[in-house]
Amino acid sequence: MSIYNADHAWLMLADGTTYEGRSFGAKGTAIGEVVFTTGMTGCQETLTDPSYFGQITVQTFPLIGNYGTNDDDVESDDIYMKGYIVREWCDSPSNFRATERIDNFLKRHGTIGLFDIDTRALTRRLREHGVMNGVITTEPITPENREQLLAQLGAFVIRDAVDTISTPAQRLYPAHGPRKYRVALFDFGYKRNIRESLRARGCDVLIVPARTTAAELAQLKPDGILLSNGPGDPGENVQVIENLRDIVALGIPIMGVCLGHQLMALARGGKTVKLGYGHRGGNQPVIDFETGRTFVTTQNHGYAVLGDSLDPAIARVSHVNANDKTCEGVEYLDVPVFTVQFHPEACAGPADTSFLFDKFLRMIDKQKEGK
Amino acid sequence: MPLRSDIKKVLMIGSGPIVIGQAAEFDYAGTQACRALKEEGLEVVLINSNPATIMTDKRMADRIYIEPLTLETIKRVIELEKPDSVLSTLGGQTGLTLSMQLAKDGFLESHNVKLLGANPETIDKAEDRQLFKDTMESINQPCIPSKVVTELDDALAFADTIGYPVIVRPAFTLGGTGGGIAGDVDELREIAANGLRHSPIHQILVERCVSGWKEIEFEVIRDRKGNLITVCSMENVDPVGIHTGDSVVIAPAVTLADKEYQMLRTASISIVDALGVEGGCNCQFALNPNSFEYAVIEVNPRVSRSSALASKATGYPIAKVATKIAIGYTLDEIVNAVTGCTYACFEPAIDYVVVKYPRWPFDKFVYGEKKLGTQMKATGEVMAIGTNFEQAIMKAAQSIELKLSSMRSPKMMQESDEQIMTRVNTPDDSRLFAVYEALYRGIEDVEEIFRITRIDRWFLYKFHNLAAVERQLESGRLDEILYLRAKKFGYLDSSIRKLSGVDPAPFHREAVYKMVDTCAAEFPAETPYFYSTYDDENEAAEFIGHHPSDKKTVIVFGSGPIRIGQGIEFDYCSVHCVWALKEAGYQAVIVNNNPETVSTDFDTGDRLYFDPLTPESVDSILATEKPYGVVVQFGGQTAISLTRHLADKGVRILGTCADSVDAAEDRERFDEILEQCGIPRPAGHTVMTTEEAVKAAESLGYPVLLRPSYVLGGQNMVIAPNAERVVEYMGIITAGGSLENPVLIDKYMMGTEVEVDAISDGEDFLIPGIMEHVERAGIHSGDSISVYPCRTLSERIKNTIIDYTGKLARALKVSGMVNVQYVVYNDEVYVIEVNPRSSRTVPYISKVTGVPMVDLATQIMLGAKLRDLGYGTGLYPNAPYVAVKVPVFSFEKLTGVDTQLGPEMKSTGEVLGIAKTFEEALLKGLVAAGYKLEERGGVLMSVKDADKPEMVKIAEKFEKLGFELYATPGTALALNNQMVATNSVRPMQEPSPNVMDLIDSGKIHYVISTSKGGADPKTNQSVRLRRRAVDHSIVCLTALDTANALADCLLSKKQMADIDLVSITDL
Repeated sequence: MSIYNADHAWLMLADGTTYEGRSFGAKGTAIGEVVFTTGMTGCQETLTDPSYFGQITVQTFPLIGNYGTNDDDVESDDIYMKGYIVREWCDSPSNFRATERIDNFLKRHGTIGLFDIDTRALTRRLREHGVMNGVITTEPITPENREQLLAQLGAFVIRDAVDTISTPAQRLYPAHGPRKYRVALFDFGYKRNIRESLRARGCDVLIVPARTTAAELAQLKPDGILLSNGPGDPGENVQVIENLRDIVALGIPIMGVCLGHQLMALARGGKTVKLGYGHRGGNQPVIDFETGRTFVTTQNHGYAVLGDSLDPAIARVSHVNANDKTCEGVEYLDVPVFTVQFHPEACAGPADTSFLFDKFLRMIDKQKEGK
Repeated sequence: MPLRSDIKKVLMIGSGPIVIGQAAEFDYAGTQACRALKEEGLEVVLINSNPATIMTDKRMADRIYIEPLTLETIKRVIELEKPDSVLSTLGGQTGLTLSMQLAKDGFLESHNVKLLGANPETIDKAEDRQLFKDTMESINQPCIPSKVVTELDDALAFADTIGYPVIVRPAFTLGGTGGGIAGDVDELREIAANGLRHSPIHQILVERCVSGWKEIEFEVIRDRKGNLITVCSMENVDPVGIHTGDSVVIAPAVTLADKEYQMLRTASISIVDALGVEGGCNCQFALNPNSFEYAVIEVNPRVSRSSALASKATGYPIAKVATKIAIGYTLDEIVNAVTGCTYACFEPAIDYVVVKYPRWPFDKFVYGEKKLGTQMKATGEVMAIGTNFEQAIMKAAQSIELKLSSMRSPKMMQESDEQIMTRVNTPDDSRLFAVYEALYRGIEDVEEIFRITRIDRWFLYKFHNLAAVERQLESGRLDEILYLRAKKFGYLDSSIRKLSGVDPAPFHREAVYKMVDTCAAEFPAETPYFYSTYDDENEAAEFIGHHPSDKKTVIVFGSGPIRIGQGIEFDYCSVHCVWALKEAGYQAVIVNNNPETVSTDFDTGDRLYFDPLTPESVDSILATEKPYGVVVQFGGQTAISLTRHLADKGVRILGTCADSVDAAEDRERFDEILEQCGIPRPAGHTVMTTEEAVKAAESLGYPVLLRPSYVLGGQNMVIAPNAERVVEYMGIITAGGSLENPVLIDKYMMGTEVEVDAISDGEDFLIPGIMEHVERAGIHSGDSISVYPCRTLSERIKNTIIDYTGKLARALKVSGMVNVQYVVYNDEVYVIEVNPRSSRTVPYISKVTGVPMVDLATQIMLGAKLRDLGYGTGLYPNAPYVAVKVPVFSFEKLTGVDTQLGPEMKSTGEVLGIAKTFEEALLKGLVAAGYKLEERGGVLMSVKDADKPEMVKIAEKFEKLGFELYATPGTALALNNQMVATNSVRPMQEPSPNVMDLIDSGKIHYVISTSKGGADPKTNQSVRLRRRAVDHSIVCLTALDTANALADCLLSKKQMADIDLVSITDL
């Protein structure tokens, strides 16, 4: 039985462009923001990355699911994206760890999949027009329902992203090996490997809800705070941004990743902007001004911090994207805080900047020595 | 920091002749390097012995030396030209090794020359087995348990401790020469001894065999600041155990989860960092398919065959970037020329898959050992791009020039299940097709075939998918959905028709074109580099629409994979044609499928289509491009084969028309033309059957020359001395069913062979030079030593040749290039063949005469008149130099192949010697070709009866030179009878010590061996004798003319140091 005998499925973009392909994963209809990622490996990590909340993700690499899925390579326990679009999925995966086909994996998580469309044509459209809302559906788009769907697409906004997926309660993950530090990890939709990168370095990791306040944190007495990645428009997290102003004042070393980086900038008076089609993939070059080195990084973001919007007295841009020169990192001058737009925890993608976790821990060491 | 201010003049060392393991990819790399240097305003001095390259073209460098790539010569060039730097990493292993020698013996330092691209420490860490192991250990990168040994006994002892099988890898050899896998003590004894002999430092590595593990490669590029990116990952379809050059490869790696992928990517980065490479580097890993266990196999700290593939696969120009890094730039300063808006520090992301398929020479070398192992055997490769693996591998099969249209080999379709499974069990050049056949028939399932071959199940399932579509087609129920599915899987319309019995015309769709842009469409790219697929959007059509031009478009069809008979020369011609078209105000479009070449560089043509050169593929390109005209005469037989198809479609073929091509190939029509012109040719006939052949041969009188029409490189050409051979030959050639084209059978004349390349506009003609072969007719022109200008021909003969060439050009209405081969026999000139297209001698003759042949031919095709082009007509005045082209073979890599030269071409490449006299030029040529020209020692002779009388005077020359003469009994008797004192040596069938022991003893420096029998080493002793000489790297001459010329060369007592170096830019 060929995968190409599967039922039909469709994607319609807000501009009315429709792509007819075939269905895999779950059946149904979902509306989301259509984005593309250029990563060539790591589809399971991508699927389980909470930052894709509310989005329909297109893989530009045409062959997906080649090595199946397994129990280990997840970045969270669920799939938060609304839909998943590939050119071809592999029904005969081959890898010693493979336990499931990607089709089942999607079905199990109720995620709607679409394949056998010209994903490059779709990607080029998104590149030219910027990201667009779209509907992915296994129900035919008829002249009758088309207008209604388009109206829904026009109205769709990703809302309450962080609040929806952040943990309601604290949870402690002990260090692998002897404990050296205690780090509070703000869950804005954190990726598992951020937690694991810290645990591997001797950190007890305490996951805390997004809206945790400075006072609550002070009681927890962490050695450091990590602001995680997460989905959505950073600006909608008004309360979190407010809290962060006070948290900074605690003087505890802070590292921010992706959304965490954006929220910190907003908390410190900076501005963010929505990019045309974002940076998603494992090949983005980032220049580190301190060393003059360029690093290949993993990225997944649609918003960016405006470097110029930061007060030079308290912050300096530490990293920029070598291609479009957008802000990729900020070093704060008055407090022990640094944040990066990219993902040092990788997964999927290159781990070339994993040393930033070590930098964070050195910052904590220094703080401890000072005390 | 941009360009280093202390660099003004750079010496670039090329890679020399094309041999197995070092092919056109280094012309591609070197050409990119030269351009990158010149772009920076640097003066470039180039040395390369290979005249067929584009890099040795006047526009590529300021000073060009086509001279032997020896240490002495390079030192002289440095003394003469006084460059301030040497670029070491762009000229393959040859260039790198020479650079390191220059650096290590202090020559560079004492002449104030900087070494760019690599430092000796880096190279030693990567290439010296022990240092490499130590380095890997220091950064916790696992290596395969191994030991460096310099003695056979140590190898045996170590193998005992790690257990068999073990792999033997000789240090510092090309393409793994002399290596192999030993399954037991006896095998190790042989392989290790051979490896030690081949290693210039007498050192081999004995290691644990991880055959069957996945073989994964990463191409890394690093700058002096330590910025690194991986350009591309590649996965070998054939697991560890088969040389990567002989493996089918897919890019990117597909069966690795991100965890494994990043593990190896990170390992690559740590390795390249630890080695301190500044430039390109290739890292090869073995990965256990059942765990995260891996081992570093090897690292090549230079631009390589894999980097050429990675460049073409991604659009990222590794050689260019490596060059910029070598002269001071860093990755973040180098703009990605493909997008124009990203930087070289951006890792390419691709949205297609690429399959590389090797091209082996076993269609020529039927008795060669086809089994693949650690010794590379392929002469070239093709690359195919597709949106899925099925499509890409099908395109690759259609591109390798073995007349395949799918993964089903017509030959194997006739074989029994048992025969197929035997093939599946044997890793050779055709195994993948046997694997497909086995899956198609369902002889065994994926699991069992995986167990046997260790080819990852992923690939086997893809074959399964192809087989399923093929079966569906065969059911005869063709509909639009199935048609489109088959198209997306790479099936040609003709195959669909054949398989389904249904005409697919009602469903027909043209292919669309997608762009190769380095970034998976993330950024708008300006590179018009396309591949075909079946999809919605045609980006090529869009690109053409967005770039309106009043220039007319011309498509140049390339020459496909490098193979014996069709080498890099045709790429040279294609590229020159493109340049000439551009200069003449046309848009030039290239279609080709060879990743090693300059023609497939993304900025050579105005647009590039990386696709098969099949009629259907070409049709789709024509539909998108709607060209003014097309050019077929520069792409060798590959392009010429399209002529009929294109003409039938009514496409404007620029240059000589299809009808003339046919007239030159069709025996009867050609005879008519010759008769009209009053030009004699050796008597001959065309035949279709064995009976006709024997009858014809008998009427002509033996010996006769047999060959199929429409061939290049003397494919399947033999000289038959009797009816028996004629019957045998016809049996082989008709084995695949009845003939499409007739067999030509000619009277064989053993005279002087002369070759002419001419340019004509149908009225006037220009012959840049007449070339004369050292060897008499009977040896393929590609394998003969060729001398320009001709040296023994009388004025009358020369004038006859000029006259005939002009007559032929006019009669065939040649517009552009024509190649004519003559034989001068009993003071008469006969035409052997006429090819109205470019030939393999065009690059060299263009370079030594200064006549830009391809350029002129292209202008003529576009309507110019020869007499207006400024180079005159008739024979062009002789250059004040003699140029000798010497063929280069790769026999040491091809076990079991007879080295006896004959009408079928065997050489893989060529070198050129340029000097004032013939002897000097020949000496240069022989040295450049790698002949070890010992001035004293021993000569062993064993020649067929017909050659014995002539052997005498050559033996006398060696005797006069003070050589000790040895010969097998018959030859010795003949020589002693003529008073040439010769030691008679026992033949090999007699007990030791016999002739084989003599060869092993090291006393022999030249072997002169000719034989009339077959080429099978199992039955022919002469073949075995010659093979033994090859194994010992002893100069082995199989034509008396070559031996005689070599003896004369030695007698002239010239030394390389006495002969002036020639910069062809001064000619």
